[in-house]
Amino acid sequence: MQQKLLQHRLANGLVILGERMPWLESAAFTMMLPGGTCREPAGREGLAGLTLELSQRGAGALSSREIVERLDFLGVERSSHVSSFHTTMSMASMASVLEPTLEVAASILQSPHFPESELEEARQSALLELASIDDDPAQKCFKELKQLRFGDVFGRSALGSLEGLESVELDECVRFHADFCRPGGAVLALAGNFDWDRLLSAIESLFGAWSGSPSPEPGPVVSKPGVSHLQHDSQQTHIALAYDSVPYCDPEYYRGRGIVSILSDGMSSRLFTEVREKRGLVYAVSASSHSLKNCGSVLCYAGTTSNRAQETLEVTVDTIRAVSQGIDPDELSRLKSRVQTSLVMEQESSAARSSQIAYDWMTLGRVPSRQEVLQEIHALTCESLVQHFHSHPPRGWTLVTIGPEALEFSHAVSP
Amino acid sequence: MQFRHEILDNGLEIVAEINPDAFSQSLGYFVRTGSRDEVPEIAGVSHFLEHMVFKGTPTRSSLDVNRMLDDLGSQSNAYTSEEQTVYYMSVLPEHQLSALDLLTDLMRPTLRREDFDTEKQVILEEIAMYDDQPPYGAMERAMEEYFGDHPLATRVLGTRQTVSDLTAEAMRAYHEQRYAPNNLCLVAAGAVDFDALVKETAVRTRLWTSVQTHRKRQPPVLRSSSVELVHPPATQQYTLEFSPGPGIQDPQRYVNRILASILGDDSGSRLFWELTDKGLADLAVTYTSEFEDCGIFGIYLACAPEQQNENWERIQFVLADAKANPITERELELAKNKVRSGMILASERPSNRLFSVGNGWLTRRKYESVREATENYQRVSLEQVQSAFEQLAQRPRVRVSVGPESGNTH
Repeated sequence: MQQKLLQHRLANGLVILGERMPWLESAAFTMMLPGGTCREPAGREGLAGLTLELSQRGAGALSSREIVERLDFLGVERSSHVSSFHTTMSMASMASVLEPTLEVAASILQSPHFPESELEEARQSALLELASIDDDPAQKCFKELKQLRFGDVFGRSALGSLEGLESVELDECVRFHADFCRPGGAVLALAGNFDWDRLLSAIESLFGAWSGSPSPEPGPVVSKPGVSHLQHDSQQTHIALAYDSVPYCDPEYYRGRGIVSILSDGMSSRLFTEVREKRGLVYAVSASSHSLKNCGSVLCYAGTTSNRAQETLEVTVDTIRAVSQGIDPDELSRLKSRVQTSLVMEQESSAARSSQIAYDWMTLGRVPSRQEVLQEIHALTCESLVQHFHSHPPRGWTLVTIGPEALEFSHAVSP
Repeated sequence: MQFRHEILDNGLEIVAEINPDAFSQSLGYFVRTGSRDEVPEIAGVSHFLEHMVFKGTPTRSSLDVNRMLDDLGSQSNAYTSEEQTVYYMSVLPEHQLSALDLLTDLMRPTLRREDFDTEKQVILEEIAMYDDQPPYGAMERAMEEYFGDHPLATRVLGTRQTVSDLTAEAMRAYHEQRYAPNNLCLVAAGAVDFDALVKETAVRTRLWTSVQTHRKRQPPVLRSSSVELVHPPATQQYTLEFSPGPGIQDPQRYVNRILASILGDDSGSRLFWELTDKGLADLAVTYTSEFEDCGIFGIYLACAPEQQNENWERIQFVLADAKANPITERELELAKNKVRSGMILASERPSNRLFSVGNGWLTRRKYESVREATENYQRVSLEQVQSAFEQLAQRPRVRVSVGPESGNTH
């Protein structure tokens, strides 16, 4: 199916991107704004998330309850979250109600009430969410890993901190919203079954009067190696491990991502085969590519009962390092099949597509087509992957474990 | 969208919802077996067997199986529940034959002892992983407490003891009995060539023979009880309450699903406004679970231990408020819209349709298009929902609460 990216920029700077998927009954949009946790002042960790939550508790002509009822009436599936660099709001619905759905989003983004009466309730919700992560050691392990690896500013959790959440005041939410919820530097990505011209005129009338220029770019991210252990009375030791790699914006990204795919995607991947299938050490083991602007990492996870945790860590690291000894042509061919299939299946979901378009635009400043991604993947060879591995060997290791005992780890300092 | 159905001579049923315009197809074997079909000594065998199915067949090693799944570029997985075990793949339509060939071969695994011993370690890790997540423990314990001697009380994962004690021989015997063609259903959705599917399945399963299979069906003995468990590493309090609801064949289930959505959906429901929105609970929801011979109306609360008692009273108040605060037309309309839109959005992926079609056929031998399925909810009347709401007052209840220390529930 021919793929075409539709583009428009409103006078206020808001970038509108669209991809028509006329074979679907649905339509979806993703609004991405540059208000991430890295913009929070020190001591106010959690401000970005709390601001996003509060902005949805009454906006425009609608009260908090009316917003929820309106979206339920329209049958809208929605989600919103903050990350290190962005605030994201996504909604998906039947194509026939796309415009009224956008109307609700436009109110939330442009005219939130920030009612004093809702602050304490929103704060309590955020505190509960933060506390609940303590009962999910795997998730907590990653939260700690990011904190250790990316530091106080870029390693902040979207959940915030206890002290930060308790300190946030209402006017700080209002200011955060005013500073970062602006059309300049934001993107609205739409995908699904719609008429582009008609949609644009609706968007123009909903978002045209919004104003605000882009905020200055945050500084570069630097990753730090390190090792940390959190004592926990658990059955398993949870291992979160990270090492340096290339970010999404790097010309060599697909090589780095290809290696991660060989390590972790699918049941024939190396980590699954070596750690789980051959040795039965774990139920869950994985690696994934992670990008924070200019900073690329590979993040790995393994969970295993404590007496086998040291062995699990060693087999995991050895398996990663063994990439230097070569890649089998069959492994590469499986990687190519997987990517091809997932690109075809991406056409089955307007929500997935709109979120990919928004992410690409914010991260790369452009949106690669399926054809372009396929060409990148087809261009990969076993030699180019191994060569990439040699020129970007795993180093800058960060390790966080949660469990009854700390593990020995000699890679932290040596490259 | 077209529905097709065929029964092979060996008893294997094949059903498909065909959408020639789809980009992909999903294919799955739905096995009518799960933890409720296990005797206590082999608790966990269905789930353990689900893992072993990927460990090789007479013509393929475990590595071959994994490689081939990935060669096809498939998104594949499997799961085991109380009543079924499902193996599925989503592939591009041109891979139909290869996917069928592999999946069908997997239904006749070798169950080699060496693989069995290694995989046992993986299952024990899975049990340990869930042991570290207190909400999961509360769920397992609530099923045991509610169902008592009923087969649905059996834990899907089994226990550390039953899994450790399980032998490969016992698993083989279970497989022979439960994976007979008459106890399986091959389900397909999306861009499917149905005639080829039937023809090629018949060739590949010609040596399979049917076996008399049986599932014990009985209504659970209803009682009321309250259990408090202490899990010292936990930081939050997790409470579940089960009471009776309609089963999977009962048309009343649409009414109760709508009621559960109005009272306790995770957004926009009465409990949402009463607890979650106010920051009193991390989650306070009601939901339904349906089985062949019975069903459950469930309440789940996750909150700080010190807020447990007050929150629980608020929930009980909301659920007992039918007379003073009856369901409104507006609430019913919102719940119906939510359900309808959710079903239509999900149906855009063949991989989601696979489960709707497969579950419908396995449990009711009935196919429902997306339109028919949404109409079942549209027909629910205000009187029906109100009546179900009023009946909640007399329900027998089983409650299980897990938290860091005792004394947080009363």
